[in-house]
Parts: sequence; C-alpha cells; structure tokens
Amino acid sequence: MENKEQTVEEEILINFEKKIENGDSIEPKDKMPDGYRRHLIRQISQHAHSEVIGMQPESNWITRAPTLRAKQILLAKIQDEGGHGLYLYGAAETLGISRSELIEQLHTGKAKYSNIFNYPVLTWADIGAIGWLVDGAAIVNQVSLQRTSYGPYSRAMVRICKEESFHQRQGYEIMAKMMAGTKEQQEMAQDAMNRWWWPSLMMFGPHDSSSPHSGNAFKWKIKRHSNDELRHKFIDKTVQQAQVIGLKIPDKDLKWNEKNGHYEHGAINWYEFHKVIAGNGPCNKQRMEHHIKVHNEGKWVREAAEAHRLKKERQN
Amino acid sequence: MTTDTQLELWEVFMQSKPGANYIHAGSVHASDKSMALQNARDTYSRRGEGTSIWVVPANAIVASNPDDNDLFFDPANDKVYRHPTFYVMPKDAKAI
Repeated sequence: MENKEQTVEEEILINFEKKIENGDSIEPKDKMPDGYRRHLIRQISQHAHSEVIGMQPESNWITRAPTLRAKQILLAKIQDEGGHGLYLYGAAETLGISRSELIEQLHTGKAKYSNIFNYPVLTWADIGAIGWLVDGAAIVNQVSLQRTSYGPYSRAMVRICKEESFHQRQGYEIMAKMMAGTKEQQEMAQDAMNRWWWPSLMMFGPHDSSSPHSGNAFKWKIKRHSNDELRHKFIDKTVQQAQVIGLKIPDKDLKWNEKNGHYEHGAINWYEFHKVIAGNGPCNKQRMEHHIKVHNEGKWVREAAEAHRLKKERQN
Repeated sequence: MTTDTQLELWEVFMQSKPGANYIHAGSVHASDKSMALQNARDTYSRRGEGTSIWVVPANAIVASNPDDNDLFFDPANDKVYRHPTFYVMPKDAKAI
C-alpha cells in the first residue's frame, strides 16, 4: 500500500495544510512542518528585533524634545516599542527558541531587523516623520498580520495594533504643527519627508515579482497580503494626509491611476535597499554596537536577580 | 556564582474588570514572583487593560495534547439528556 510508505513528515504536512485550508489557527503544541516553524521564527524575531532597535533612533531625542508634552509623548511611545518587542519575543519563544538564542542571532547578524532603523534621525521633524511614515507603514503591515495563521503571532499583532495608532497620529501632529509654523519649520518638515519617504516605501520589502520568501508564506497563511498590495495601501492613505498639511511627496513620477484606484509610484532604489540590508547603511554599526554594549552592561543586573532568588530560596 | 541567563518564563493572565474571567495576556521573563508581577504590569497593562493579574511559572502549566483532541474533547453528542431540549415540558408550564 502506498499509504503505508507515507512518512511521518508527510502526514504532518497533510494534516497541517488541511487545518490551514479550514482557516484554523495553529497553536504552539500543534504539529507543524519544520519550514513553517523556521519561517515564523525568522519573521517574528526580525519583527521583535525591529521594535527594540527602533527605540534607539527616537530615544536620542528624549532630552531634546521641544516641550514637556512632546517629551512625555515620546517617552510613552518608546516604552510601547519596548513592550511590542517583548510581546513578539514571547510569541517567537513559543516556537521552541530561547530568548538568549534570539538575542545571540541578532548580535551575530544571523537575524535581521528592519532596514529603516539604520537611517539617522537628524532633526525634530524626523521624529514627526518616523511616527507618521515609519509607524504608518508598520501599521499597514501589522493590521494585515492580525489574521496570520500562527495564533501567538496573531494575538501579539492585535495587541500591538491597538497601541500603535497613537504613534502614527503623534507623528502626523508634529508634521502638521511644523507645516503650520514658520518658513524654516516648513522646510525642516519637508526635508524630513524627503529623506524618510523612500526608505518607508522600502519597508514593505521587494516587489512581488522578486520577493524570495513569499511562496509558502502565502500558502500557509503567514502572509495575507503581498508586499506591493501593502505598499499601495500605505501610499494611498499617506499621500492624502500629506496634501492636507501641504507636504510634497518627493516622487516626480507619482500619479493617480483612475483605472485601479491607486497611486502609482516612481522607481524604488533597490540598490540602496540591498546595500543597507548588507550592513552598509548610515547607522548599522552604531545600532548593533549600542545593543551589544547595553546587553553586556545589563549582565550584572540579571546575575544579581538570579542570586537574589537563590538566596531567598535557601532562606525558605 | 550564577550565570547570565534571560531569567525564567512566566505566563500572564489578566482580568479586565472585576467579575470578568482571567484571560491569557502573554508572557514575561523574571527571576522571581514579585519581579514577574511587576514586569507583567509594565508589559501588559499600560492603558488600564486590567484590574488584576495572575502570573504563573510557565513550567507549572500542564496543557492538553492536540493529538488527543478527538478523544479528550469528544462532544458526547450521544448523551442528548445533557441538554435541556431533551426534556418534555408539560403543556402550559412556563420555563423558569
């Protein structure tokens, strides 16, 4: 009988794909193909690392925020990013990888984080542009991922989306205020827009025609919308918001396509994208050195916490 | 001497308001129970999401095995007498 020759792996795959087809969510103890587990660990850990590394460019501006109100908001936003990193590390750990391994993969460069955080934050308007464009792009991606097939990842996304919309609004508010301000403030806002627009579009990844990881990601419902679909959704919403406050989109080829109801954007500089991914962006080295330094400096705190626990256990 | 670890894993359950069920919120790392509670508050309740938190060491949780689901969660549809609709009410009697 052919059936008897079916290997364990094949049986797992068949049952798993049946569940996926039914729209069931996959939970940590369910049997799943190795490829699914590997894909999720790579994607969720990259997502978690991005949240945590993303705290660095913004934290640099806490002491230089223009008002106490702005400072409080920025602190709350950065605290959220740390929390989002923790939700996602937790989701990744349910797949059988430890927190130490996840951090080690970040430090050795095996795991990536979003390219966008390798760009420098030069002015206060950049803080506006990051909240508005970078968090705006992240939200479009995360809303789509709320329906991803892996339960813990999906639940983390639901929680993150609830919190993230304040990030986008506070960024847009900064941009709107500057555009309603002096000529210098308007120029500063437009300059930030010019520098952050293209890297924000790159956040959605390569075009669908050249995306290396998409095949199984769609079949197994890890990904629910393609890179280009999400990018278009972001552009359509953001162009309108830019027009309202008088910011120009730095893309001379941007045009409205009446036929499909979307904006069409000019060519993205993929050379720059790959250069930054390969580690040669303006801040790659600085971001990683900072993370490693802080991790090492926190070692004694973790050791002290463990020693305190052991001491209390001995006393009981 | 202790070694550098990422501390123990704890699962967090939160009650959104008095009277509600405790629902799994996620997990945290902590060296002991008071740190676990503090980390759970900081991580999962920054916007008034809860009024009460339970933290449980992850290795203390016993979970059912999905492979046993058919047997373990057999709906017992043959035991129709478990449902109120199985019973015949006298004519004119009102439901309580």
